[in-house]
Amino acid sequence: MATLHTRSAARLMIAPSVLLLLAWMIVPLAMTIYFSLLRYNLLMPGMEEFAGLSNYIYFLTDPAFFQAIFNTLAIVLGVLFITVIGGIALALLLDQPMFGQGIVRILVIAPFLIMPTVAALVWKNMFMNPVSGLFAWLAKLVGLQPFDFLANAPLFSIILIVAWQWLPFATLILLTALQSLDEEQKEAAQMDGAGAWSRFFYLVLPHVSRAITVVILIQTIFLLSVFAEILVTTNGGPGTQSTNLTFLVYAQALLQFDVGGASAGGIIAVILANIVAFFLMRMIGKTLEG
Amino acid sequence: MGSITLKNVSKVFGAHAVIPSIDLDITDGEFVVFVGPSGCGKSTLLRLIAGLEDVSGGEIVIDGRKATDLPPAKRGLSMVFQSYALYPHMSVRSNIAFPLKMAGEDKAVIDKKVADAARVLNLTDYLDRKPRQLSGGQRQRVAIGRAIVRQPEAFLFDEPLSNLDAALRVNMRLEISQLHQQLKTTMIYVTHDQVEAMTMADKIVVLNRGRIEQVGSPLELYHKPDNLFVAGFIGSPKMNFISGAPAAAHQAHTIGIRPEHLALSKEQGTWRGTVGVAEHLGSDTFLHVNADGIGTLTARVSGDFGVTHGDPVFLTPDVQRLHKFDEKGLAIR
Repeated sequence: MATLHTRSAARLMIAPSVLLLLAWMIVPLAMTIYFSLLRYNLLMPGMEEFAGLSNYIYFLTDPAFFQAIFNTLAIVLGVLFITVIGGIALALLLDQPMFGQGIVRILVIAPFLIMPTVAALVWKNMFMNPVSGLFAWLAKLVGLQPFDFLANAPLFSIILIVAWQWLPFATLILLTALQSLDEEQKEAAQMDGAGAWSRFFYLVLPHVSRAITVVILIQTIFLLSVFAEILVTTNGGPGTQSTNLTFLVYAQALLQFDVGGASAGGIIAVILANIVAFFLMRMIGKTLEG
Repeated sequence: MGSITLKNVSKVFGAHAVIPSIDLDITDGEFVVFVGPSGCGKSTLLRLIAGLEDVSGGEIVIDGRKATDLPPAKRGLSMVFQSYALYPHMSVRSNIAFPLKMAGEDKAVIDKKVADAARVLNLTDYLDRKPRQLSGGQRQRVAIGRAIVRQPEAFLFDEPLSNLDAALRVNMRLEISQLHQQLKTTMIYVTHDQVEAMTMADKIVVLNRGRIEQVGSPLELYHKPDNLFVAGFIGSPKMNFISGAPAAAHQAHTIGIRPEHLALSKEQGTWRGTVGVAEHLGSDTFLHVNADGIGTLTARVSGDFGVTHGDPVFLTPDVQRLHKFDEKGLAIR
């Protein structure tokens, strides 16, 4: 981008993709906004009429809405907490030279390659089932009452399942960051008298801070819209205890057939996601610079 | 104080013995240079002394204390790495302060020692910068600063100048030598550059394939090399080696003569030859002469000796300075 000529040429080259992206985004957004202003119920086709902001008022005053916002944030924060800390721990372990390193690393990535619905079903039926699940068996083995995870701690169970799926992603990114740490720096710290903990705190952690930022940013984007895991395990219940915003919008549209209300919910979700993104970038975006 | 003794030290990687067995005495305050071609085990030897590698056998004694099984931090040594190994996210100040902080020193003591080190190394104006904002020479000085604040028994340098450009290298060479005069601490310096070895060392240890070929002061090695390897390694340009009939005339398998000990003449001399390439350095000219029946010889003449490619010249070796070697490559004295 050195000369005026290359700069205008660059703009010209980028233009088509910018326009395409804009259309791709603007058209659905405009349609959603349009629907959100209608009284639009699938059970009464052809009866659409302008409803003003009543859909928004209805959605925002729904008690399930606040529960859903809390649940959405709980899932995002809970999963981030588990995956970042667990990811660092696993990455540190995998960075050690050991027998069968290649195979172990592939095995660790495996959960990430399993479809969310399948993973959630496996957890639901094979691990968390209070009668035939592995956890129930373990509990009985030590003489405890089996715990019905999905009924008694639905949100925690979903956080656990989603964290299990995202742990390999965090581990992988953090492992590559760890491997790029200069060996001589570690040796220098060793000569300087830094113990294992000091080396981790003063050398490793600052070195992987950028990778942690990347993990948090990318995961937040995907975790705001967790859906499949909820649908196949708890269906948002009991009540609305494990309903997040995405699931609430789905329930509004396809269980109550209220397209207008769901569109309003969708727009609110978009606004909330932007607020989260804004704060996220302010908080940790500066680690990405320089 | 900083005396270091190696007894029978060996290092084996898998089936490959990098260092078969080495005995070495380093007295306190000495500037010792390990020199040798790449892969000769000189860096490995330094890392063994530092404790960054475990010895496969033998014993390391530092300051009269058995150090073979001590962790690196407990040996009282500090090291300057080839890549400097500065901590990139810390300021120069925190980099230099790091070893003191790890030793749990008082904040005021740390500040004072860092300030002192910065003054010695001309880094006072750069204390708040990050390593990436510094030039190569400044980074080098920060690495040295980080090494000196601990007041170690001995400094270890692992090819510290190989990442600097030629002019800066000459400068830093001087600075390190001056630092040694000031601190009078033992220094062990690893390099593959024999010029660095010759200019800085009190004692040079020439290594080849994990073995010590010779230990001695720079001039001892220059004047009395023990074998062909040392004779060829020390000195620039390289010593000329001649075997066959001219060597047999001196009762040796091979004779060696340094380029600066060959007298050149356009009229007469012992060996006749023609000039191949002339390298003009200004003060000196290095002539590569194709001598009849001997091969190519390098000779150093003064810069105003006017010959060019193809001119016939005569070479006369200074017999007093001839080096004689037997068929095993050992010096005959």
